[in-house]
Amino acid sequence: MSGKFVATNVRNIPPSGIRKFFDLVLEMEGVISLGVGEPDFVTPWHIREACIYSLEKGFTSYTSNYGLLELREWISKSYKKDYGVDYSPRSQILVTTGVSEAADLAFRAVINPGDEVIIPEPCYVSYKPSVSLAGGKPVPVPTYRENEFRVTSDQIEKSITKKTKALVLSYPNNPTGAILRRKDLEEIADVVNENDLMVISDEVYGKLTYDGAHTCFSSISGMKERSIILNGFSKSHAMTGLRIGFAIGSEELIASMTKIHQYAMLCAPITAQMGAIEALKNGNGEMEKMIKEYNRRRRLIVDGFNKLGLDCFEPMGAFYAFPSIKSTGLTSEEFARRLLKEEKVAVVPGDVFGECGAGHLRCSYATSREQLIEALSRIEAFLNKL
Amino acid sequence: MKEILEIIESNPKMQPKEIATMTGLTEAQVASKIREMEQNGIIRKYKTVIDWEKAGEEYVYAIIELKVILRSRTGYDAIAERIAKFPEVVSVRLISGGHDLSLTVRGRSMKEVAFFVAEKIATLEQVQGTVTHFVLRTYKQDGDILFEKERSERLAVSP
Repeated sequence: MSGKFVATNVRNIPPSGIRKFFDLVLEMEGVISLGVGEPDFVTPWHIREACIYSLEKGFTSYTSNYGLLELREWISKSYKKDYGVDYSPRSQILVTTGVSEAADLAFRAVINPGDEVIIPEPCYVSYKPSVSLAGGKPVPVPTYRENEFRVTSDQIEKSITKKTKALVLSYPNNPTGAILRRKDLEEIADVVNENDLMVISDEVYGKLTYDGAHTCFSSISGMKERSIILNGFSKSHAMTGLRIGFAIGSEELIASMTKIHQYAMLCAPITAQMGAIEALKNGNGEMEKMIKEYNRRRRLIVDGFNKLGLDCFEPMGAFYAFPSIKSTGLTSEEFARRLLKEEKVAVVPGDVFGECGAGHLRCSYATSREQLIEALSRIEAFLNKL
Repeated sequence: MKEILEIIESNPKMQPKEIATMTGLTEAQVASKIREMEQNGIIRKYKTVIDWEKAGEEYVYAIIELKVILRSRTGYDAIAERIAKFPEVVSVRLISGGHDLSLTVRGRSMKEVAFFVAEKIATLEQVQGTVTHFVLRTYKQDGDILFEKERSERLAVSP
């Protein structure tokens, strides 16, 4: 009966496709899961120790709404060093409770009722609902295997209407592992400029690339004033549960996001902020070890799928493989459901991440080599039964 | 080459076929590289880390520090080599500080280890003195932490 109190725009948000699967997996034992969207590494010990130490020293208070200045200085330094972009630690960086919060803030800070936001799919599951909750209208743009799951400037141009306000980019991409190269970004930047749009670029997998370094969108000429870059520590430093991310952008945009953040969240948890400082100060060695290991597993799983006859695009970033299962004649959901029931391997159906993901599976390779090898042989057994 | 070594350092059971996939080399290239490194001694040997206590076998370890008087013409290497030949001696290291050599000795009982040190090591002509520290408990060995493994608390499916 209390359902009638729920706001219409919340009621209209469809239930998460991932949630459904999660409940199924929970009931089973002996499952190898390729369905996990986080590293299998525990947060490196030196970072955990920094968190513990900060608690011992009594760092349990609020911080500035923007986050600890020292952390913002380290973020600024690392962006200068890694991508050659300059952001002032005092006014152009906002530390958030994970990238999810940063994305939500960005949408709420820029969207007026009815504004359209172009979202290339497949993509992370939160953008569409967040845009809707902010009163905007998500406009999905499909990407395909044929074009390496990259969105093109043409596609973006064709989706633009008078109401288009912003474009979301999320590369390296969850769930496909696709990346955009500098040339792609430059072409997109032209369209953004000509049509007076702004860009929200989620680059949380930016450190996890396997074929050359990531290009930060705001390093493209003229884009710094038009973009909000989102990033965090979850993927690069295996800190998912610590919930720590950040947004960087022009002073006006960051100030407007901070207005919402100060009332909704006040500040990101100080313990996680202290851990993040340590991650940026001393975390490169551990991070590189993890990236190397992901790369080995990436090759193992992509090769495995292709050998099984499941056409698999070679992901260049993040830690997901996105094989096509169209040759089996099953839908992604049927395939995933039966694979779980019959062979106890959990994967996520591709259409959870957008309609154009249908016929694919998202398989995370953030799991041990031994488990990947076992999972592949179970999938082989499953295919042989079809 | 370093890439292959890093892969098999943590798991020597990885097959050349799988290593080939992970490195982008061919299976034959991996196999011949590994053979080459086995032959020239870059790969010394493949070892198994065993929790003997769990297997119900009792071993006693001791760290022995030695003070050594060098005789003319033979250096530390000569005495170290002699000591290393005893199978009871698990490791021999030249160290800085108050002592010269540090050994790890393994035996079936404290008595056995004590007798070994007294009879075989302390009696060596160059050995001036020994200090024996019995190991009470090992917490980390060869990079392997012997506490209960950290369990992943990850959800089985997450976005």
